[in-house]
Amino acid sequence: MADHAKKPAIKLEGLVKRYGSGSSAVEALKGVDMEVYPGEVVGLLGPSGSGKTTLLQCLGAVIDPTAGRITLGGDVTFDDEWKISDLRELRRDRIGFIFQAPYLIPFLDATENVSLLPMLAGKPNSEATARAMDLLKVLDVAHRAGARISELSGGEAQRVAIARALANNPPIILADEPTAPLDSQRSLTVMRMLNELAAQYRTAIIVVTHDDNIIPTFKRLYRIREGKAHEEAGEGRPFS
Amino acid sequence: MINLAYRDIANGFGRYMLTSLGLGLLIGVTLTMAGVYRGMVDDARALINGSATDIWVVQRHTLGPYAESSTLHDDAWRGIVGLPGVAETGNVAYLTMQVKHREKDVRVMIAGFESGKPGEPMRLVAGRPVTRSHYEAVADVKTGFQVGDRVRIRRHEYTVVGLTSRMVSSGGDPMLFITLKDAQEVQFLKDNDAIVGDRERLAANPQFNRPGVPGLLSAVEADRFSNHNVNAILVRVASGTDARLVADTILRWKHLQAYTRTDMEQILVAKLIATSAKQIGLFLVILTVVSTAIVALTVYTMTMSKIKEIAVLKLIGAKNRVIVAMILQQALGLGVIGFVIGKTVATFWAPIFPKYVLLEMSDAGRAFVITMVICTLASILAIRAALKVSPATAIGGG
Repeated sequence: MADHAKKPAIKLEGLVKRYGSGSSAVEALKGVDMEVYPGEVVGLLGPSGSGKTTLLQCLGAVIDPTAGRITLGGDVTFDDEWKISDLRELRRDRIGFIFQAPYLIPFLDATENVSLLPMLAGKPNSEATARAMDLLKVLDVAHRAGARISELSGGEAQRVAIARALANNPPIILADEPTAPLDSQRSLTVMRMLNELAAQYRTAIIVVTHDDNIIPTFKRLYRIREGKAHEEAGEGRPFS
Repeated sequence: MINLAYRDIANGFGRYMLTSLGLGLLIGVTLTMAGVYRGMVDDARALINGSATDIWVVQRHTLGPYAESSTLHDDAWRGIVGLPGVAETGNVAYLTMQVKHREKDVRVMIAGFESGKPGEPMRLVAGRPVTRSHYEAVADVKTGFQVGDRVRIRRHEYTVVGLTSRMVSSGGDPMLFITLKDAQEVQFLKDNDAIVGDRERLAANPQFNRPGVPGLLSAVEADRFSNHNVNAILVRVASGTDARLVADTILRWKHLQAYTRTDMEQILVAKLIATSAKQIGLFLVILTVVSTAIVALTVYTMTMSKIKEIAVLKLIGAKNRVIVAMILQQALGLGVIGFVIGKTVATFWAPIFPKYVLLEMSDAGRAFVITMVICTLASILAIRAALKVSPATAIGGG
């Protein structure tokens, strides 16, 4: 269970998301409460159509919830009366994204894909490139730094994508089925990596997954059912 | 900051360059079309300037001698040369025809002139002027003739003794200068059989063969088979004389039409090539529309092919101006490369055209600005699509 003595990196209170209006309205989220703490990797499970993607989009400041409150690192970014104005800046500086497919920019090399984020945040090129190289080293893909994206293997591309998510040192990372295209061994490697990074950078990581292979590795997880999040204790199984 | 447009272009360099080449060829055609129009205007001006004339005197109520046919008696100049302010006059005859050169037909405008008078060829670039009274010619270099070549005009062989340049008709046919007498003969000369037939017909007419009127038939024959007509009288006015006043005097007192240089330029540029100019203008509009459509389609396709990456860029916090700049730079790059290719190919293929193609820097400058405007406008569609895409697209939704 979560350590309530610490300040949560992510806190959701009564989050509601309704699509449409009137009799045709569909409520994807029906009052979600959730807390994720710095350095923690939490699983987000649920069948298709349960509202996982909607929740991720609300958390990622991509769509606005209909009601409720989102607090990131102690700052309210959305509630019924107020929402942060510059969502792009929020996403750029405070949230890292990892997708099912790496979605790297194909016309940039591995280093540039990672250094682009600090550059977008206004960091000098040299500083951004140094940061990218550091992360590629941590993720063990520094030897592919100058490679084109089309030249990377699936695993290498996913590690570059993880490095990109960490590039601006965000307190939160949202990972949407990051192990889906990988075999079971590589899935566990990615999960171990995410856990190490969460511990190293004190990053809160939410992993949306269907992968039965990695579900037992979570110490804590939320299961989305009928638009509500139910907290469960995970097995916390080792990664090998 | 990484230049995303440049990196994307470098990634798909071949495709981008092929598209630029296609656009470049279109721009080349556009520049050439503009050059064709400029060439026509320049040809008209060269025709006017080349004769070093101040006034063209032609048949009343005609726009001759270039735009309409005009016939005057070759002694009409006597009434003009005595007018105040007139320095010199020269009879000229013009006709467009095919001449034979090395068994090939060459279309030329034959200009008959009087040596040392207005209308003689200017700017000799090779050889010498016509010095004999018959069967010598000076040709424009565009005819392809060389000094010493023999050219067949009707029944007679002419020797090319000199070459001139930029002397073409308003239709673009190169000019071939021969003496006025020769030109008059060429204009009205019939073949031998026709002459024999005409003579027999004349002799058989009892009206011309009356007893007691000796010499009547010979007089009629002499009149019938000689020609004393010209197409225009070119007038050079004395220094300091207003050509307009002289032209008005000729019009009022000599019952002939007189055009100053301004009038003639107006006839040749505004009237004679007006339809061609409209034709070219419409063609240029169509080419501009086609170019815009091609650039728009290309930039839109390029943008849509990376719409997922654009969604990711938005998701990771790239501002709209970063995305707009990427698309706009690619569109403008297409325009710049296309323009360079277009200008280069137009410069290379312009001399191959049979008619004079004048590529002016001012037209190139205008074309560059128009290309940039077209590229900017054409990218609007792609920019709209890129700005509309939701960052949510990157995480499984739209």
